[in-house]
Amino acid sequence: MEKSVILEMKDITKRFGKTLANDHINLRLYQGEIHALLGENGAGKSTLMNILLGIYKPNSGEIFYKGKRVSIKSPKHAVELGIGMVHQHFEFIPTLSVAENIFLGIGQCKFILNKKNMEETIGRYAEKFGLAVDPAAKVWQLSVGEQQRVEIMKLLCRDCEIMILDEPSAVLTPQESKEMFRTLRKMADEGKTVIFISHKMSEVMEHADRITVLKGGKVEDEMLAKDATVERLTKAVIGLRSLEKTVRSPIKENSSLLLEIEHLCVHNDKGIDALKDVSFSLRQGEIFAIAGVAGNGQRELAEALAGLRKVKSGCIRMNGRDITKYNARQRMEMGISFIPEDRLQMGLIPGMNMKQNIILKKFREPEYSRFGFLRNKSIKAVTEKYVETYDIKNGGIELPVSMMSGGNQQKLLVAREIQCDPVLIIAAYPVRGLDIGASEAIHRILMEQRNRGACVLLISEELDEIFDMSDRVAVLCDGKVMGIRNTSETDYDEIGRLMSGETA
Amino acid sequence: MNIGAIQIEKKQVVPLINKILNPIIFVLLGLAFSSIMIIAVGFNPITVYSKMISYSFFRLRGISGSIKAGLPLMLCGLSVSVAFKMNLNNIGAEGQYAMGAILGGWFALFGPEMPIMLKLIVMFLLCAAGGALWAMIAAALKAYWNVNETIVTLMLNYVALLFLDYLCYGPWMAKKQTTAISESIPKGMHLPDIGNTGINAGILIAVLIAVFLYIYLRMTTAGYQMEVIRNSRKTAEYAGINVRKHILMVLGLSGAIAGLAGFVQVTGVVHRLQAQLPGGSGYTGIVIAYLSQFNPIMVIIVSILFGGLVNSCAAVQIMGVPSQIATMLQGSIMIFVIAGEFFNHYKVSFNSAKRDRYYKIDRNQHKEIEGVQQ
Amino acid sequence: MTAFITSICATAIVYAVSILYAAIGEIFSQRAGIMNLGLEGIMLMGAVSGFLAVYHTNSLMLAILAAILVGALLGLAFAFLTITLRADQTVCGMAFMIFGSGLSGFIGKNVTGIASSVKFEKINIPLLSDIPVLGDIFFKHDMLVYLMYIIVPLSMFYIYRTRSGMILRALGENPAAVDAAGINVFALRYWYVIFGCAMTAISGVCISLSYTNFWNEGMTGGKGWIAFSLVAFSGWNPAGAALGALLFGAISIIGINMQIYLPGIPSQFYGMLPYIATVVALIITTGSFRKKHTEEPAALCQRYDREDR
Repeated sequence: MEKSVILEMKDITKRFGKTLANDHINLRLYQGEIHALLGENGAGKSTLMNILLGIYKPNSGEIFYKGKRVSIKSPKHAVELGIGMVHQHFEFIPTLSVAENIFLGIGQCKFILNKKNMEETIGRYAEKFGLAVDPAAKVWQLSVGEQQRVEIMKLLCRDCEIMILDEPSAVLTPQESKEMFRTLRKMADEGKTVIFISHKMSEVMEHADRITVLKGGKVEDEMLAKDATVERLTKAVIGLRSLEKTVRSPIKENSSLLLEIEHLCVHNDKGIDALKDVSFSLRQGEIFAIAGVAGNGQRELAEALAGLRKVKSGCIRMNGRDITKYNARQRMEMGISFIPEDRLQMGLIPGMNMKQNIILKKFREPEYSRFGFLRNKSIKAVTEKYVETYDIKNGGIELPVSMMSGGNQQKLLVAREIQCDPVLIIAAYPVRGLDIGASEAIHRILMEQRNRGACVLLISEELDEIFDMSDRVAVLCDGKVMGIRNTSETDYDEIGRLMSGETA
Repeated sequence: MNIGAIQIEKKQVVPLINKILNPIIFVLLGLAFSSIMIIAVGFNPITVYSKMISYSFFRLRGISGSIKAGLPLMLCGLSVSVAFKMNLNNIGAEGQYAMGAILGGWFALFGPEMPIMLKLIVMFLLCAAGGALWAMIAAALKAYWNVNETIVTLMLNYVALLFLDYLCYGPWMAKKQTTAISESIPKGMHLPDIGNTGINAGILIAVLIAVFLYIYLRMTTAGYQMEVIRNSRKTAEYAGINVRKHILMVLGLSGAIAGLAGFVQVTGVVHRLQAQLPGGSGYTGIVIAYLSQFNPIMVIIVSILFGGLVNSCAAVQIMGVPSQIATMLQGSIMIFVIAGEFFNHYKVSFNSAKRDRYYKIDRNQHKEIEGVQQ
Repeated sequence: MTAFITSICATAIVYAVSILYAAIGEIFSQRAGIMNLGLEGIMLMGAVSGFLAVYHTNSLMLAILAAILVGALLGLAFAFLTITLRADQTVCGMAFMIFGSGLSGFIGKNVTGIASSVKFEKINIPLLSDIPVLGDIFFKHDMLVYLMYIIVPLSMFYIYRTRSGMILRALGENPAAVDAAGINVFALRYWYVIFGCAMTAISGVCISLSYTNFWNEGMTGGKGWIAFSLVAFSGWNPAGAALGALLFGAISIIGINMQIYLPGIPSQFYGMLPYIATVVALIITTGSFRKKHTEEPAALCQRYDREDR
């Protein structure tokens, strides 16, 4: 069946200050197809979609919708054109019912709510596209998969033509994922055009019709799904980056056991199991990576180990001592440091200055406070030492940290966490969103720690980083450890397959 | 954000000059606005204002009167400042003041015989304890069950005031009296004036507390932890700070200081318990705290100004100006200063070109419902 | 005995209505996400404005209009400060409370204690008022009470059964989602705040021209705070507020009368009951130990800044 082009983005360029987020991008969408947008974090996928949604305006380039040249002026305009998006973080009102949420954005609803009408309309759409939703249920009661269906229904009831989904399977279990993609296929068969953003190669190959790979703001490759292979995709997404090889001293034979995690079971914020029966052990002087797509339990693992999240069942032992019940402060005292993935919401306080951020964990120590009073001189001195040692660029140590660049903020955070000579460093996505220079600096710091004898638990999504830095790697998928390997004895392919859920 | 051609951008740092000039400009604007009301009722605002200022601040008796009137305001203002510094909306200063007075007053009126000095000290402690315990009710509800402390402290105000009312009309009512006042407290327990300046010794308590708070908030680890919690509860927990303990401590401290307002009022001014003892000081304290930008030293100064304002009503009442002028001025000044705060945090520019929001790699995408809100 | 109960009920209704206008107004405001602590001050302004209007023009109609106008102006100012200038709602509410109390006393100085020539008279509704007992309780009141009989069900209908009401509910829970749906969050919030303050002003008129017929400084005597507590107590629900108001009314009236029957319990304790009840209700409905979702609008008291999205 000859499909017609419904949307064409020609030569789209978008710049933010000095950053070039989209660099002359060309994208063509056919009606009734499922198109996958693949790429790493920071490749420019979200920016491109935001342009389609009227949130950003391109600096140059043209958009053709159904053959006509358009300029998408605002989100409202995008809605009128029939372009809509299901975000990763849902935007609904938890206390309202499904029907009420769906009709919130639609003008089709009359002044007086007619429950029956609303439910009937929803029922019609649900049947047409095979989506099972209960119009009367309150949204907060639904499971994540069901909530996502509500979000999709919102678009359908608006008679959306082009539907964009941002990492739709990130919050779903494998079964729910399958269901969701089946729905997408049905929608495509009914004439809707679907774009989904992802960085999971396997699902992209399995569910999309065509794939566009973005890297560094440019279109790196474009192909039909049936022509795609893991090698071709990997090369396009990650490429052959030349990283300064970090010096790794050989692992000491028989290095002692530092941390043992046994049958750990942890709940996420919604009360569902995020980690199911996870067991592994960490040794001194190694970098142990946790690979896997974000959302498979990594955050909960990091928080549980740092003492910020209660463990449902299972045991954590450090040097033989059971520390499962220890709180964050006690773990800090045992030498566990945590570099959280939320740099500005957890690790640092953007509104406070560098000095105040540096003593965040150590203000109780005699070096920084005496009889309850802060010792400003020594705090200032240590701050200046940090700035020099780690080359942290800043506008002034009295200014709030929010005015520093992301890379320097992270350097500050990492420097603070390693300063107390920790025995275990939990680093969650430490270089996410950073430029090459800052990334390398941080990797160097972590490697130094490892060489010094500490253990680094590195949580990452980037296979490059994992293979460069770590000695061993465990793959987390859906809260379970799929396999543990020595990095010298495995390859991207195997890890990639484990990440997508294939059992060892 | 754009409203037509006006662009509003959030500032990262508040320049010092703004912090100083801003309040002054807007206080003046508030006075100007009230002038309109004054004219509407048929008086000349310049005459009224100058009379008030000269009455309260250009004579020694005026100044000492201002200080006396400002005394409970100082303590309430300090109390509120402490709580607000950690984003805890303690509007219960009125009730904590009353409860402190009740507990201390009970001891003064009915307590066992003991050396006067000792009795005074115990009463001091009891007043603080009364206020603290009353505040801790709301604190516990907030710390453990995340119940909105704004509403709880407010409700408890009325419970406390009604209790005071009951005591003064009932069991503690002075004999041969028909108004709701209690017996006088023993002569020896009156807080004296300093020398013959006419300034009550209570001011020493207030100033000491202000200095203590200033040091506590700025230079101690406790103050530091409070600021961390205020910024982000999540980060505080990450740093191993016990947030619950701090909520209890801070509200307890806040309540204690408000209770001391009861102490100075009972021992220094009225020398007895009476219904409506706080008389709105708790609420005025909130205004003062805000206008002082929660700075303890500023609170003292602003309280004296407000005390003077309250006293000066007497001067203009003779002229026929309604005595409510004090409250009205307080309110309008506060409203204008609140409005002016906007310019401290946001930069307004007139720009006809539409711009995109700046792309920040780490965007705070989600407002969480935290225990301590920003 | 029946007469006693009947009169208590009837008086309770009058009391309840005088705070219900404010409570329902504040329910709308809080559901939109804005908490207005200045109810007491705005009520007083409404009371004095209405009274002054009657004093000068003898027209009850103008009295209500004056109150609504004053309330709306204050609401506009409050909305401007809290929504556009993003001021802290708690502090702003305090300021309005103080300003309203002061200003009302100031401009009402000349008419203090003077009885107005007109007040809202009781109208017996034909036929209905002849029903034994019920007729005496419900149908022998003035206009403002009868108006409330309509307002309560109307509000319920609006909030739960219309599209605008649905948007209102959404507004206080997740303004970002409403904004994303293309609805103007700021404009809506302005309207609801203005409406809330206008209603509060009418409450004031109830007190100065219906309950009594004179003006006195601070005559609302804390009713503004009771109305405020009603909002939380009722779970942000107009019908709940109506029941709560009746309950509070009954309690306070019984309290005054109970002195005769139960001399041991002082009247002040009856006065405390509404406040304690509110705290308890708040704990039950919003305490974090609950598994269910709370009724408290999630975005209450939080500024909405599009830049924070």
